[in-house]
Amino acid sequence: MSGFASNASLVIRQTRYQLKFFTRVPIALFFTLLLPIVMLILFNALFGNDSVCGDDACTPGNRWPVSQFYTGGLAAYTAVSATFTNLANMVPLRRDEGVLKRWRGTPLPTWTYIAGFVLSAVVIAMVGVLLMLTMGVVLYDLSIDWAKMPAAVLTFIVGVASFAALGMALASLVKSASSASAAANAVILPLAFISDVFVVSDRKNSFLNSVGNFFPLKPFVNAFQDCFSPIVDGPAFNPGSLAFVAAWGFVGLTIALKKFRWEPSGSAPRGRRSRAAAVEAAG
Amino acid sequence: MAAIDVTDLHKHYGSNHAVDGVSFHVDQGEIYALLGENGAGKSTTVEILEGHREPSSGAVSVLGVNPAKADRKFRDRIGIVLQSSGVETEFTVREVIDLYSSAYSNPRSLDEVVGLTGLDEKVDERVGSLSGGQKRRVDLALGIVGRPEMLFLDEPTTGFDPSARRKSWDLIEALIADGTTVLLTTHYLDEAEHLADRVGVLMQGRMVAEGAPAELINRLSGTIVSFDVPDSISLDAAAGTFAEVLGAQVSMSGRLVEVRVDQPTVAVHRLTGWAIEQSLELEGLSVRRASLEDVFLELTGEYGVGSGS
Repeated sequence: MSGFASNASLVIRQTRYQLKFFTRVPIALFFTLLLPIVMLILFNALFGNDSVCGDDACTPGNRWPVSQFYTGGLAAYTAVSATFTNLANMVPLRRDEGVLKRWRGTPLPTWTYIAGFVLSAVVIAMVGVLLMLTMGVVLYDLSIDWAKMPAAVLTFIVGVASFAALGMALASLVKSASSASAAANAVILPLAFISDVFVVSDRKNSFLNSVGNFFPLKPFVNAFQDCFSPIVDGPAFNPGSLAFVAAWGFVGLTIALKKFRWEPSGSAPRGRRSRAAAVEAAG
Repeated sequence: MAAIDVTDLHKHYGSNHAVDGVSFHVDQGEIYALLGENGAGKSTTVEILEGHREPSSGAVSVLGVNPAKADRKFRDRIGIVLQSSGVETEFTVREVIDLYSSAYSNPRSLDEVVGLTGLDEKVDERVGSLSGGQKRRVDLALGIVGRPEMLFLDEPTTGFDPSARRKSWDLIEALIADGTTVLLTTHYLDEAEHLADRVGVLMQGRMVAEGAPAELINRLSGTIVSFDVPDSISLDAAAGTFAEVLGAQVSMSGRLVEVRVDQPTVAVHRLTGWAIEQSLELEGLSVRRASLEDVFLELTGEYGVGSGS
């Protein structure tokens, strides 16, 4: 008997397969990686020449094109959609298909399967962010200040970990894959509008601003934007925001651990499957 | 030692007693079929044995292990082919077999698995592009890739046409030629009759009959004599008339008369003697051994209603 493969190799294999899956599903690829890039190009074409001013008056030295801010915000949004939206969509889909149940019947340690899901999401987020930043540097004069990069990396890590946990939490709470997709978008799209992703609000005391500050997206987006903003000096660490985002992530993790289900809910998938099989066999 | 030992198993969901005091055992190397209609408690029983669900009460042992406390070693020794578990359709057959085999300690090689399941030609096609029958072969492939000592087959041919069913049976028989113990659930009687060494009939969460298919048939149904009611006899009178002639309970479906008899020679002699006396020809007269279906219909109390397939 040759014994089980090591956990590390199992996690790597699972991660590789999830990534391979991702590249084979054009719609996932489009919504996660391409759509934010399209938005970056679009927003810059539409509003790129508008200016943003620093805290003081709009003197020439205190004034930057909006494109400096879009890149950081959309990069952060890409990281969120690769983790939160991606996991909240994919995990219930696999559960509905009965794939999760099949895996649980094998000797694979279940945590390595989940780890493969989460790690693949993190890799996708990383690729998306790097792609976005590269575009920003090449096309839109995004200035990279190396003194602020450690903060950017830390912010990224805290962000993807927290949003992955929140994605798993949502995946655990929803009943089916179709409601998961709707729920994830209903959560993230309106939030993005009040979280400085698409439009940057300068009214600090408005109601929507307070709503935005209650959820983790805006603190994460702002913290990440700061790492690329010419207004903010290095090292741009933002411990308050990161702690707030991490706290949300912890809540998500707690829910995910408590509520995660491996079985499809109800008997719908079984019926669908056998009906599909019956149709095919009859045909 | 028995491969499976179940004693007084109960599974309750609120007031619904899905499994209501089931006991049976399966010997090593045996093919055992749990037979029953939808909702009879087959799948619940099997899922408890696989460790997917916990029993409300009762003792369960699979390969000497309590599946509710199943660990990695236990899962390494069993293979599960569930009706309701999907496969990653975006991957090729090669990729899914490779991926799932990595979970086991001593997996079969890709070549061996595709050879056994007849998927050689499809190895580089995506699972999503396969036909229903081919997908079920992939299910089987993933069930046996870990070289299981115990294989669970949950309704392996549901939805198949008759010829696909026969092919699947040949396949299953080839797969388990090495002495793998199999627990099969099915609501097809011919499937149980064809594949199983022993059959347990579940009804409303209880085991109502158990034995080898031939034994069950002999014990419960004996031989079936059937024929069409001659035109000269009214349908209303037919049941009474033939019950008297044959001295046995008669069941009617349309003009077809079916009688279960314990002594076919005597019964046929009396029936044909009577017909000659009356100068009647009995169209469609046949004498056949009862099938498992007859047993099943008798057990469900529906014998005679829509039978005679």
